[in-house]
Amino acid sequence: MTGSLGARRLVLLVPTLLGVVTLVFAFLHLVPGDPVEIMLGESAAPADVAALRRDLGLDRSLPAQYARFLLRAAHGDLGQSIAFRTSVARAVAGRYPATLELAGAAFVLALGLALPLGVAAALRPGSALDRIARLASLAGACLPGFWLGPLLILLFSLRLGWLPVSGRGGLAHLVLPATTLGLGMLAILVRLVRASMIGALGEDYVRSARAKGAPEWRVITVHALRNALLPVTTVAGLQAGALLAGAIITETIFAWPGLGRLLVQAIDARDYPLVQGCVLAIGLTYVGVNTATDLLHRAIDPRLRDAR
Amino acid sequence: MRARGLGAVAAGAAVLLLLALAGAVAPLLVPDPYATDLGARLAAPHAGHALGQDSLGRDVLARVLHGARISLAVGAAVVALSLLVGVTVGAAAGYLGGWFDEAVARVIDVLLAFPGLLLAIALAAVLGPSLGNVVLALSLLGWTGYARLARAEVAALRQREFVEAARALGAGPGRIVARHLLPLAAPVLLVQATFGMAGAIVAESSLSFLGLGAPPPLASWGAMIDEGRPFLLVAPHVVVWPGIALAATVLALQLVGDGLRDLLDVRSPRQQVVTS
Repeated sequence: MTGSLGARRLVLLVPTLLGVVTLVFAFLHLVPGDPVEIMLGESAAPADVAALRRDLGLDRSLPAQYARFLLRAAHGDLGQSIAFRTSVARAVAGRYPATLELAGAAFVLALGLALPLGVAAALRPGSALDRIARLASLAGACLPGFWLGPLLILLFSLRLGWLPVSGRGGLAHLVLPATTLGLGMLAILVRLVRASMIGALGEDYVRSARAKGAPEWRVITVHALRNALLPVTTVAGLQAGALLAGAIITETIFAWPGLGRLLVQAIDARDYPLVQGCVLAIGLTYVGVNTATDLLHRAIDPRLRDAR
Repeated sequence: MRARGLGAVAAGAAVLLLLALAGAVAPLLVPDPYATDLGARLAAPHAGHALGQDSLGRDVLARVLHGARISLAVGAAVVALSLLVGVTVGAAAGYLGGWFDEAVARVIDVLLAFPGLLLAIALAAVLGPSLGNVVLALSLLGWTGYARLARAEVAALRQREFVEAARALGAGPGRIVARHLLPLAAPVLLVQATFGMAGAIVAESSLSFLGLGAPPPLASWGAMIDEGRPFLLVAPHVVVWPGIALAATVLALQLVGDGLRDLLDVRSPRQQVVTS
């Protein structure tokens, strides 16, 4: 059954993907005024204006433009970046790995800290550790990255000189951006792991496991934690997607050469095809991560296998 | 749980009230937030300028308090607009069902297929930097949450006897939804609105930080943090204070939302506020 349900989920993707591409197409037409004039400036030569208009397809009817955009997007052709003088696809592909590296590091950091902290807090509700975990998760959810990031730079880079201020390089370059990006997710996950674990520890199967004499570490890890992780999977997946949006700000703070920074540069340069390319790349990755999370959740939760 | 809920709501509401009050009377208390004093650029906190001065010599305290006005006004405007659109569309979808319900569900699916902040950034980028456009961009995304809740509540309740009874007495669909169904959805919508306001305030600051929100010289907290970044080492106060104000506001709304949920016994997934 799992196979056909997975296929079903993938079929449902089609209208979503079409909608995503349509929305990205619509952006150029939301620009107040003439996008070509905004991109080239008012003093541009008429020949250049006409060439760019033709290149963007703006000289055709709206349905023809839409069909052309869909067709070209399906082939990975998103037009030419004006500011970077290269194809949008090439510019986006060049920055993609850096964003994956940053988001991946933030994800590992958040999940790696949230699991032990959340479980420890759940084992002793009301203890000092539990209070600290809850306070930290509340605070972590309220500290915006564009504030935390600069403060981390001030302390660890400018004052202490332990870590680089910005840029991409070895592991040392990754520490501050990944912390800045991952903290919000860490806060959400600690809270969730704790609540989910407290719920699981109160279940009958945990009592049964204890009654039959299973050692406590086995009760915690095998019986309680495995079940407690189910909701955590879903939220961690959703949050992994959200890291891509957070990366836009984190990359701006740390001059991290990823997609988010490229998007901001494209916006500043009024390079609309490149803006479209970045939004599409991040949007498609987000949809992909969420779909994968959904499929993973179905695969590890036997109760969902036979459900619709 | 209830006692804790009440305490959290009271604490959060007190902070928000204080902030709103400080923002309201700011013109009487502090100097002009736009008055530059190039002789006192980046001055550390001292008498007369309790939180110091920024890179143009403007009073940081005055700008933080005026920032509260911007944050609270944008947050309230986004929530009001999103609620209006979301509840109307969602209630109509839930009550009517059929193709309209399907169409609304598809539109929401597509909007939720993007990370929220990304769409807000893209929209703000094409619309141009202004607070009106920030409200527009955030509301274009924000209505979906309320629409889902309103739709679910209305669809679940519309077959119940009291709706039957109202219909038998001659009440039209509009009256049934507005007078009989939506009041029952109010608690869950109120909790969502509280988290939604926190989200909108963070999003406005994020956009302004990226230069896509409040245009200079407006004293948005996000813009202040961005302007202060190059001077972090010599004048950290320029960055620190707007951030503290922002964190306190979000924390207060978070407390009110959590407390209200306990008080009103609303079962809803916790809202994610910060995306970065």
